[in-house]
Amino acid sequence: MSKPVKLSDMSREDREPLTQIENSDLMPLPAPLDDPAKDRAWAALAQQALDKFECGLDNTCAVNVPRPKTKEEENELITKFLSGLQKLFSAENNWTFLQPLILTMEHCARCHTCSDACHIFEASGNNALYRPAFRSEILRRLYFKYVKDGNLLSAFQHGDIKLNWPLIARLIELSYRCNLCRRCAQTCPIGADNGLVAHELRKLFSMEMGIAPKEIHDNGSMLQLKVGSSTGMTPQVVRDNIEFIDEDISEKTGIEVKTPWDVEGADVLLIHNAGEILAWPENPGAFAVVLNAAGITWTLSSEIAAYDSINYGLWYDDAQFARVALKHAEAARKLKVKKIVLGECGHAHKALSVIADRILTGEFNIPRESSLTLLRDIVMSGKLKLDPSRNDFPVTLHDPCNVVRLMGVVEPQREIVRKICPRFREMEPHGVDNYCCGGGSGFAIMSPNNFADWRFHVSGRKKLEQILKAFQDCLEPETPKYVCAPCSNCKGQFRDLLAYYDLWNKHRILYGGLVELIVNAMEDVKPGFIEWEWH
Amino acid sequence: MTVMVYVAIYLLAAIFVARSVARAIEYASAPAHLRWELYPVPHEAPERAGHGGSYFEETDWWQKPGKKNLAGEMKVMAPEMLFLKGLWEFNRALWFRSFPFHFGLYLCLLALSLLGLRAVVSLLAPQLAGGAAGGLWTLAYQAAGVAGAVLVIAGAIGLLVRRVADGDLRGFTTPADFFNLIFFAAAFAALLGTYALRPARTVTGLEFARGLLAFDTTLAVPPAMAVAAVLGFALAAYIPFTHMSHFIAKYFTYHSIRWDDAPVEKRRGLEAKVARYLTYRPSWAARHVGADGVKTWAEIAASAPADKPAKGGKR
Repeated sequence: MSKPVKLSDMSREDREPLTQIENSDLMPLPAPLDDPAKDRAWAALAQQALDKFECGLDNTCAVNVPRPKTKEEENELITKFLSGLQKLFSAENNWTFLQPLILTMEHCARCHTCSDACHIFEASGNNALYRPAFRSEILRRLYFKYVKDGNLLSAFQHGDIKLNWPLIARLIELSYRCNLCRRCAQTCPIGADNGLVAHELRKLFSMEMGIAPKEIHDNGSMLQLKVGSSTGMTPQVVRDNIEFIDEDISEKTGIEVKTPWDVEGADVLLIHNAGEILAWPENPGAFAVVLNAAGITWTLSSEIAAYDSINYGLWYDDAQFARVALKHAEAARKLKVKKIVLGECGHAHKALSVIADRILTGEFNIPRESSLTLLRDIVMSGKLKLDPSRNDFPVTLHDPCNVVRLMGVVEPQREIVRKICPRFREMEPHGVDNYCCGGGSGFAIMSPNNFADWRFHVSGRKKLEQILKAFQDCLEPETPKYVCAPCSNCKGQFRDLLAYYDLWNKHRILYGGLVELIVNAMEDVKPGFIEWEWH
Repeated sequence: MTVMVYVAIYLLAAIFVARSVARAIEYASAPAHLRWELYPVPHEAPERAGHGGSYFEETDWWQKPGKKNLAGEMKVMAPEMLFLKGLWEFNRALWFRSFPFHFGLYLCLLALSLLGLRAVVSLLAPQLAGGAAGGLWTLAYQAAGVAGAVLVIAGAIGLLVRRVADGDLRGFTTPADFFNLIFFAAAFAALLGTYALRPARTVTGLEFARGLLAFDTTLAVPPAMAVAAVLGFALAAYIPFTHMSHFIAKYFTYHSIRWDDAPVEKRRGLEAKVARYLTYRPSWAARHVGADGVKTWAEIAASAPADKPAKGGKR
């Protein structure tokens, strides 16, 4: 491992990365990936990226911040950063998270209890740069120095840090080395929240400096607000695609499926992550089968942004977050539905149910509910005839952080899999103590440069360990295995992670959603809804 | 000198109270932030609290009466406050140093309270403060005080050694972290030393406390006792100026953040507060936000983001 990174290294004027992660540094994995020598090699950053972007943190580059061409440009960026720093600690600009942020700034005891809880720190082989407290300590020192007008006494009390452009550029990258899973915050003896710090830093960079990863801003929230979905699907295209899915699912299940659109007064407005419609069409198809079979009055909305539950603002920008949340609520208000039900998408669950709760007041306060609870009620009600023997293969359940630790929906999904999957086994730990899939906070859709190597080697490693351990008794390729991930982003991460290590071809480990398992077990459906092929 | 000692102690105690209250008010008056809870939330219904579940596990949860579970909250709070249960669970090595330190402080606070109460009783109703009960009372605060001071000193030294010896912690340790621990160890060593090495027939702790409460300037306070007492109160006055005032912060980090899961419509006055926040006029400079210092949060949320400028321009 390279020399441990110190806080002061962040201000180093050279553009050399502060650390270089080698495979031999990483947390060991269980069989069949237990030989570090056979682990996948990292792609080197291209010279063009090194020349063009600020890549001075580690062996990857997530944000692609252009290198300033002149000293004046650097100074201008520093001024902007300082201005954003002041705003981050003002009620007018940041009432949304001011209290928790100040408490975290002023009371961290720097005891590093949080480090052991962090999957990224552990998977990296305890690399100091990835301590949850590392980026927080940088922000804390800047807070006391520039926001609280620190003097020598303040430096004595809180420590000092040299502010320059290299530090800011590295801090931008470092704010995108955290999945915002907040497992660290769960263990803090004081209640400080280093996940929040990464979130707030991202906000400063986006809302003041206009810096955010292209995948979550330009191609994410901006596209969603402009055309209706980050997938690029317009209302007409999404309707066409759903029509196609209806036909396909009808043929596959033997049950006529028709997805309702814009039904005024429906009991349920279902909002899917639109990524499902393109990447995993069997998921919205399965929802349609189950809801129709259960006799629920439901609808999709073709309003802009309301047929895509994603809200990437949750990860990096309060303004974008509020805009999308409002669009979702507005669509539900217009249709006069009784409630919004969120499909299998973790961050959409938390965004609309929890984080938006206090801004969706009055006529916009349409009740929101998780599809997992609704599915649990349907499964337990006996309305569907279910044959668990159709799911007679090893199944493990991934807990999306946003649904479980950050929203408290823990048991409904378990009640379902316990009922319909005879060979269900838990990962350890699970429930509110789960580990992130490694794709959280936008990483699942981010693969610039060689960032995917970091995402699979580091942020996804702990989850990979959990999956392999859950299936240790049946790794042979003759036994198909299913990782149930009721979250679109998590599925995206699993798709890429399992493919990266070739675990489908060699060990028949597949991933998929929860509702697919339900339809797969329905006696009225033609057998074999889950197709054992890579997708 | 006695007057100076009394004045110093009252002043330092007043600083402690004033700064602690100011800090609590500062946190309490911060805007009600967006929800940011973290599960498990122990005041959830008992059938859910065990696995960390929330009311979101119920369909149509808004139509159901929210179940209060104060007993569940107390079951988590008591061991956390008294025994630092979280630290025991997540950082055992630190717990062995931090628990004696904190528990020692609790014992010292208990001793101080018992001593103060005894002094008040002996001033107001001397007949109640004597006899066997008075002896036991004295024994109780002396035992608590000595045990507490020993634990605080041991804990402070343990924490200090850890900060010095552990390379991972050293890089995050500021000079004040060392100073704080040394200050604790020195103040409690002075108090313990004054007690242990007191000459026969000297002023007792009870006499000193009575003198302080009655502002008895005729009492000849021994210099060592005066220094130790002032040092102890100086430490108390210093704490709320530092991150060590987490005894205040922790109330907010738990009750206002981690465990604050109340839906907006169920918290009286919250909708009105949020409505006021939505009239704030942010000044974030990135183009897509569209904040010009005139538009309110509500207007920004209802507007479309300014689109990306032409290539090469700034957002």
